[in-house]
Amino acid sequence: MARRKANVNESSCVACGVCASQCPKGIISIFKGCYAVIDTESCVGCGICAKACPANAITVNEVQEVANGSK
Amino acid sequence: MAANNKKKHWYQYLWIWSIVYFSLGFFNILFAWLGMLDFIIPLIFAIFGGNKWFCNNMCGRGQLFWVLGRNLKCSRQKPAPNWMSSKWFRYGFLAFFMTMFGNMIFQTYLVFSGAESLRKAIKLFWTFKVPWKWAYSTSIFPDWVAQFSFGFYSLMLTSTLIGLIVMVLYKERTWCSFCPMGTMTQGICKLKAKK
Repeated sequence: MARRKANVNESSCVACGVCASQCPKGIISIFKGCYAVIDTESCVGCGICAKACPANAITVNEVQEVANGSK
Repeated sequence: MAANNKKKHWYQYLWIWSIVYFSLGFFNILFAWLGMLDFIIPLIFAIFGGNKWFCNNMCGRGQLFWVLGRNLKCSRQKPAPNWMSSKWFRYGFLAFFMTMFGNMIFQTYLVFSGAESLRKAIKLFWTFKVPWKWAYSTSIFPDWVAQFSFGFYSLMLTSTLIGLIVMVLYKERTWCSFCPMGTMTQGICKLKAKK
């Protein structure tokens, strides 16, 4: 089953934290002031973070779930 | 806004500080010194904490751009060109900014040494002189203190204006993608994270 997940391009992330402040699930953190990290497992792919990102560093992609029992 | 249901903290209202800062400097330029807080606090977080907590949570300027751009719909919310957040532009802008900062310190030194007299004007975009006489007559402080104030206020106002322009044209917080303080603190954090 395909699901939408947000993905951070670490090299273009400026670690401003706008995505983290906007994430409705509160699952984005800024790793040691270097780049944003998204808890992909909990991501619902809403794209609010991507829309807020000033550096175009977040994209929301369809990902194929591996059939390993996780939802 | 999706984050509205989260608990609000006091530091989420620091956008008010941004407005207060420029208002105070309009009446008395010496208040410009308070802007040093926005330079020192992020550096303390970066150097000692190895994080960008200031940028992430308490940058009044970033918040102001958000309030104006998102809440008051003053932003086109279009993606900014990629070069604007590219490394060469970010570090180039940082270098330019530091050069202008150094130049401002030198101007302050000239007044301190008596080689130049105090100029009661602010300079926008490092080019356009705007008379600002009303904001300073005389004080208990020596003239160089006021000269620094005029220079520093100019720098703060110029960078805010640049931020407002890119806010309108692109995303709300496009300024953050090349903010010199942001670049500097991220650079420090990256160095610290490598260790």
